[in-house]
Amino acid sequence: MNIERLVTMANDIATYFAVEPNHAAAVDGVRDHLTRFWDPVMRRQLKDYFAQGGEGLLPLANEAVDGLSVPPVATV
Amino acid sequence: MLSIVEIDYGTPKATSETIVELEIDGRTVHVPEGTSVMRAAAQAGISIPKLCATEMLEAFGSCRLCLVEIEGRKGYPASCTTPVAAGMKISTQTPKLAEIRRGVIELYISDHPLDCLTCPANGHCELQDMAGVVGLREVRYGYDGANHVYPKTKGGGENPLFVAKDESNPYFSFDPSKCIVCSRCVRACDEVQGTFALTIQGSGFESKVAASQNNAFLDSECVSCGACVQACPTATLSEKSLIDKGQAEHTVTTTCAYCGVGCSFRAEMKGEEIVRMVPNKDGHANHGHSCVKGRFAIGYATHPDRINTPMIRAKISDPWRVVSWDEAFAHVASEFKRLQATYGKHAVGGITSSRCTNEETYLVQKLVRAGFGNNNVDTCARVCHSPTGYGLKTTLGESAGTQDFDSIEQTDVVLVIGANPTDAHPVFGSQMKQRLRAGAKLIVIDPRRIDLVRTPHVHADYHLKLKPGTNVAVLNTLAHVIVTEGLVDEAFVALRCEPEAFAKWRVFVAQDKYSPEAMEAETGVAAALMRGAARLYATGGNGAIYYGLGVTEHAQGSTGVMGIANLAMATGNFGREGVGVNPLRGQNNVQGSCDMGSFPNEFPGYRHVGDDAVRHSFEQAWGVSLLGEPGLRIPNMFEAALDGSFKGLYIEGEDIAQSDPDTQHVTAALSAMECIVVQDLFFNETAKYAHVFLPGSSFLEKDGTFTNAERRISRVRKVMAPKAGYADWEITQKLAQAMGYPMNYGHASQIMDEIARLTPTFHGVSFEKIDRLGSIQWPCNEEHPQGTPVLHVDEFVRGKGRFMLTEYVPTSEKVNAEHPLILTTGRILSQYNGGTQTRRTANVMWYDEDRLEIHPHDAEERGVTDGDWVGIRSRSGDTVLRAMISERMQPGVVYTTFHFPGSGANVITTENSDWATNCPEYKVTAVQVTRVTQPSEWQKRYRAFSDEQQALLDQSVDTLGQA
Repeated sequence: MNIERLVTMANDIATYFAVEPNHAAAVDGVRDHLTRFWDPVMRRQLKDYFAQGGEGLLPLANEAVDGLSVPPVATV
Repeated sequence: MLSIVEIDYGTPKATSETIVELEIDGRTVHVPEGTSVMRAAAQAGISIPKLCATEMLEAFGSCRLCLVEIEGRKGYPASCTTPVAAGMKISTQTPKLAEIRRGVIELYISDHPLDCLTCPANGHCELQDMAGVVGLREVRYGYDGANHVYPKTKGGGENPLFVAKDESNPYFSFDPSKCIVCSRCVRACDEVQGTFALTIQGSGFESKVAASQNNAFLDSECVSCGACVQACPTATLSEKSLIDKGQAEHTVTTTCAYCGVGCSFRAEMKGEEIVRMVPNKDGHANHGHSCVKGRFAIGYATHPDRINTPMIRAKISDPWRVVSWDEAFAHVASEFKRLQATYGKHAVGGITSSRCTNEETYLVQKLVRAGFGNNNVDTCARVCHSPTGYGLKTTLGESAGTQDFDSIEQTDVVLVIGANPTDAHPVFGSQMKQRLRAGAKLIVIDPRRIDLVRTPHVHADYHLKLKPGTNVAVLNTLAHVIVTEGLVDEAFVALRCEPEAFAKWRVFVAQDKYSPEAMEAETGVAAALMRGAARLYATGGNGAIYYGLGVTEHAQGSTGVMGIANLAMATGNFGREGVGVNPLRGQNNVQGSCDMGSFPNEFPGYRHVGDDAVRHSFEQAWGVSLLGEPGLRIPNMFEAALDGSFKGLYIEGEDIAQSDPDTQHVTAALSAMECIVVQDLFFNETAKYAHVFLPGSSFLEKDGTFTNAERRISRVRKVMAPKAGYADWEITQKLAQAMGYPMNYGHASQIMDEIARLTPTFHGVSFEKIDRLGSIQWPCNEEHPQGTPVLHVDEFVRGKGRFMLTEYVPTSEKVNAEHPLILTTGRILSQYNGGTQTRRTANVMWYDEDRLEIHPHDAEERGVTDGDWVGIRSRSGDTVLRAMISERMQPGVVYTTFHFPGSGANVITTENSDWATNCPEYKVTAVQVTRVTQPSEWQKRYRAFSDEQQALLDQSVDTLGQA
């Protein structure tokens, strides 16, 4: 998928959670949202993009994507 | 004419719990205090003659026909206006009463045409019935005197009292010569619809019914709801369909397929033909009222544009080949299998419809999850109320409105934000106006001056005319006032909400930046107004919030919904009648389609696919293993189509090429797919990009249920055979079978039985129970066997209510020199959504093109006058509409509706979306508006493409004809 679109969407989520004063809770919030609502294909693509530097991702989005769980390709 | 099957008790039902005993014609009768003598008699089976009285309306006491004698009282009181009293002894039939009544009817008949045999009301005319009841045998006055009946006087001159028929309204005719001036029509317009379009003009013998200032009905303020036609006791106001077809012979009770109010109707039928639709007095959502769409705009169902044969083609540049159902099913199955074998299991998906029944929606998601083996299923709620699902689930624990419509009867302060009920939810809009006229206060938060702000006998106490895109700022500011001025319902919050989350929220909204003064420049709302509105909502008694797509269709749609829930929690406005948070759903079955597991991440009942216990229950019932990861949402499907990984889409009753934002992006995605299957009544915009067309069935052609905005499940009943042979659920079932996944339902009720087995909030639902109770509001289960009108009564569904932090983040869609105006979108009363249905009815007489509403100041700056063609350009695209200069707008904001595909409203809207759900930001698009002389480039391409597709369609029909 268009990675710019995925980055924008991830940043939109991070922007919502940025107001959370507890930083760990904010990171969890973004990560949990991605896990519960995003198709694994999209998560995987975003994670790969992050691994390559993740340019354009907001810091909070970066942190969330870092620990994002993505099921192995075979099981999905 | 009233319903042909309902019994009219003459005056409205009384609600008192005190029971009064009295005697009528020697019979002892028990009725609630406040009941009229007329109604008490009717309930005992005693019919008192009447003409100006009907249960639809308050008693009026003008016809003098319902007089009775009461022991110990003088004279002959009208039974409609006389309330019962304990111990009353009433006679309804005495020689004196008979004489008076006969005299009354004699006068009526002396000024009434005697064409009963050829009159449309024949068989159900109340005047005719009363003449029979009183035994009228002669009219001593003759028929030659002053009258309203004949165009000419006896002497051959013009009769000044005669008024010719008004046939201007496409759905009903007005024949003043048959009018008995009972005022029922005028009162129906006032009391039921609340438009005050009709009046009695003149006095004495010269008094007559007139629409507005003696206008033709079509030109008047009349909104064509039909309440007057229903109330009319003679043929003065008659449906044209009744005039054409004659009286119906049976009725079937069913549910309207337009908006989320979900009105109950009695379809009055002759065989399989509808004579007229009459709103059901016992309908729990509408109580006998309707709007122009539900009552009259049903002609689309039998429109010649309906396609009634399956068709396939290899490429969209090919003509269609008309095929048998079996061939169509086999073709789709083989294509989808091929796509999955070539591109992977995830290369296909489905879209369920909010216009189809719960049972049909359930089957489509079942086909996708169990048959396709993925979770790529979504629904059009993605583009309307998905933020409602997310926001209310997060804060309250249930993705649904909290009240029933009747709850508003107990509301003291009505807060309407981002909704326009008098246009988009007209029947509930009328109920709301009644409540406001009875004294409830009103706060409207809307960029436009919607009708509700100022309408006869309703004036909003506060209209916060905010800038589009600043809902969250306004909600936070209201919360700021409530928190900082000590207006929080501390006891409620302490008892019912999570303390930590509340403490965090209190600090958050108390920040200076959310003070009304600090936010004034951002929201455009004066601080004093903001403070006043917040105080009124917090302290004015029962506060109820009604909201619509003006809240959800924003980049911060979900945040807005949570902001609304926060406000209601902070003020203790949950868990009883008169309060709550009430999303007004757009389509008839938006709530239902969401309930039925249409989202890629949720099984029926809003349970995440990752929940092992839930998933196992479905695996066991469906006999397959299911995926525990979310699938693609509609916009994700488009992205995946464009990158080549998503190739096949089964679309039931949706028109994404028209309804979804950024049209050119959507059509590019559709063009990139290899097998698009459209199941619809009509060859819609999406069908132009399709490879398979499966003809669907209208709501009149099948059994099932719809769930309205109140969580009310109502029956849809088949009144005619499906035009193409199958109900939509049968088509999905056949498709599943062709794909090799077994489905063997014999009736829609069996699908509901399965839904009930697998969904805790539906455990107690069955067709049998709905038939028995009339309708059921879910949750309906062991705990709530009769359903649940009000949610969150003793505790929230999630346990404790959870305040969410709702930081205001301005949208990235900002005005600049290139795009200096904000475009926002909405609906109009006579048209419905993409217009697929209403454009194929006479409703186009009220509205036949989308217009661009623009403030006089913005128009003048651009040299635009009313009716000019204007180009509207955003960063996504451009289109051309005619301008309508309107003081409703604020400077800097323009508005259009989206009912006509050629208007290209969605060519302009962008890919921006709600952070949580990807619901598009339809309500905020930066645009420039300029005077132009010709259609936009997109419109020219659209016209050419549509013509080409129509030609291919026509060719296909020819092929069949030659075969």
